[in-house]
Amino acid sequence: MKKKFKCEIDCANCAAAVEEAVKKIDGVIDAKVNFMMQKFTLEADDDRFDAILEEAIKVGRKIEPDFSVEV
Amino acid sequence: MSAKLRKELRIDILALVLFFAIMAVDKTGLLPAVFDHKWISLLVYLIPYFLVGWDVVREAALGIKNRRPLDESFLMTLATIGAFVTGENSEAVAVMLFYQIGEWFQSYAVGQSRRSITELMDIVPEYANLELEDGSVETIDADDVEPGNILVIRAGERIPVDGEVLSGESLIDTAALTGESVPRSVHAGDEVISGCVNGDGLLRVRALKAFEDSTVAKVLEMVEEASEKKSHTENFITRFARYYTPIVVAAAVILAIVPSLFTGAWSTWIYRACTFLVISCPCALVISVPLAFFGGIGAASSQGVLVKGSNFLELMAHLDTVVSDKTGTLTMGNFSVTEIRPAEGVNERQLLTTAAAVESMSTHPIAVSIRQRMAEEGITDADLPKLSNITNHSGRGLTAERDGRVLSVGNARMMEELGISAPAGSDAATAVYVAEGSRYLGALYIQDEVKPDAKRALKEMKEEGVRQVIMLTGDRQSVGDAVAQELNVDHVYAELLPQIKVEKVEELLSELPLKAGKNAKLAFVGDGINDAPVLSRADVGIAMGSLGSDAAIEAADVVIMDDNLRKIPVVMRIARKTVGISTGNIIFALAVKLLILLLGALGYANMWAAVFADVGVAVLCILNSMRLLMRKQFQLPQ
Repeated sequence: MKKKFKCEIDCANCAAAVEEAVKKIDGVIDAKVNFMMQKFTLEADDDRFDAILEEAIKVGRKIEPDFSVEV
Repeated sequence: MSAKLRKELRIDILALVLFFAIMAVDKTGLLPAVFDHKWISLLVYLIPYFLVGWDVVREAALGIKNRRPLDESFLMTLATIGAFVTGENSEAVAVMLFYQIGEWFQSYAVGQSRRSITELMDIVPEYANLELEDGSVETIDADDVEPGNILVIRAGERIPVDGEVLSGESLIDTAALTGESVPRSVHAGDEVISGCVNGDGLLRVRALKAFEDSTVAKVLEMVEEASEKKSHTENFITRFARYYTPIVVAAAVILAIVPSLFTGAWSTWIYRACTFLVISCPCALVISVPLAFFGGIGAASSQGVLVKGSNFLELMAHLDTVVSDKTGTLTMGNFSVTEIRPAEGVNERQLLTTAAAVESMSTHPIAVSIRQRMAEEGITDADLPKLSNITNHSGRGLTAERDGRVLSVGNARMMEELGISAPAGSDAATAVYVAEGSRYLGALYIQDEVKPDAKRALKEMKEEGVRQVIMLTGDRQSVGDAVAQELNVDHVYAELLPQIKVEKVEELLSELPLKAGKNAKLAFVGDGINDAPVLSRADVGIAMGSLGSDAAIEAADVVIMDDNLRKIPVVMRIARKTVGISTGNIIFALAVKLLILLLGALGYANMWAAVFADVGVAVLCILNSMRLLMRKQFQLPQ
């Protein structure tokens, strides 16, 4: 399943780092953090999608504490 | 301004006022009881410090906890702690204040840019008027429209989804997609696309696609995703940023320790090392360069050109060779009568009428173009002479009888057989000769018309730095040569089979580095439907979009929505400006940072200078990138 969310991320460097980190999560097929448009796209296993999304947000927060996603 | 920014601004201003007050009291010696005492003075200064810098310190702490210490917050915290340690209380607070205010400006500027770009493309229809079965009309979200729905579009409203006009007549403004307000007339049976604004007429339209599959949604999505295909410049910045920070921090550590070991002046050198830490963030570049490219893509979009990636925009700045297809790209793609040459004593209008009458039953493109000309001249079917026995002679033309005489409309061979020596045809056009019995009446010349702006477009491309324009066509050599001559094309390759076109482009691509250097790029311009392989082979594939043809949008890297060739030099100009601004930002930011690093190491630059080199430079670079958002600067003069 592929879903696009509005997100908030203040630092362009962090956006790239978050993208890299989320891609490494188990079950993630692809992830994109678009700093310009403040959009977060996650493509992951259907059955565990919500859990993976939560994990992704957690991982993102570790990199930039102010990272938030509008679910 | 968002609520978050407003709150931050209030805190920053409060802290600023507090700081100035404290500093004033301190420096003027009004409260020696407080300020002469080292620890009390420190505590007082810590008030504005934490007021403005709490978030920074918090982020730094979290950064250490999450094992990502090398972020800006940590470095700033370290630098200001260093300042406090060396006794420079006011400087520590000032630096934190200055830094936060600068960060605020940065967020503000980025927010403005984003808003500006979304405004440039404020073409999203928000609602639709759904006609229900009982004839009443309900207003619904554009998102909720389903294919097959009947929609009512009133005057001035935006067309919500791609559809087919069922009834009504109006003029449509396509500016949202093409960047130009040239109205197109539509009536029943015509297709309309989402995003365009309806003129004065009321239209009833059947939805052909849902909102997200309609043209405007697809275009917007592509523009959004375009910034994900990074240009070389952006990739360079990403790689650079990864090395820059660790190197500067390492240098800071060395700067703090080594000279101190020799001179014992730990305070001095730690302070200087702190200035290094402040400048160690490459934020100015990491934000301003992608922002510039984003702005460039937005600018192109507002001119009716969809650029599908920042990398393609960058390539457009280095175009050396433009290879173009002929039919449908440089020419209109539909045949028309360009010249009527009657024989002596024959009336032009009569010639046309006669030919049209004979061709009246034919569906051949030649017949279509003759009938089109007929309509343009105001000749109706009623005006045509009644003919009998219309016969098709394949390979030659048509004959018909009128009052016992035979009318012949056909090619040179047909004339030969009648014993008529027809005047030589023109190279570029197909000649259709007309005779009555064995009397030559005249000829009509039919050509695929060159696009009116094509010559000007090619000239403008050359002005933008394109070295050579090459035309490829499957048509006859003489036709190709004639068109090439008319348009001032540099080389023509005619009579090419489709697969040969690809080979030709590959040949040209391989010659390019030798003839024009390694940065020279080649673009291919085509109509998307037949040219997919060539479009993907070229460095940049440019397709005529015909207002959103799916095939064109799929196959090409750059789509010109209104098929106007003059948009190519426009995009080149946008590309040049984008690359120029980005490169300028890079040089400026690096130069200032390097300078301040040097001066800082030597003791000539204090932390204020360092904060400017970091945040001030970032704000300036962002403002520079925002120049791409100025409306109308790339608009084509009519």
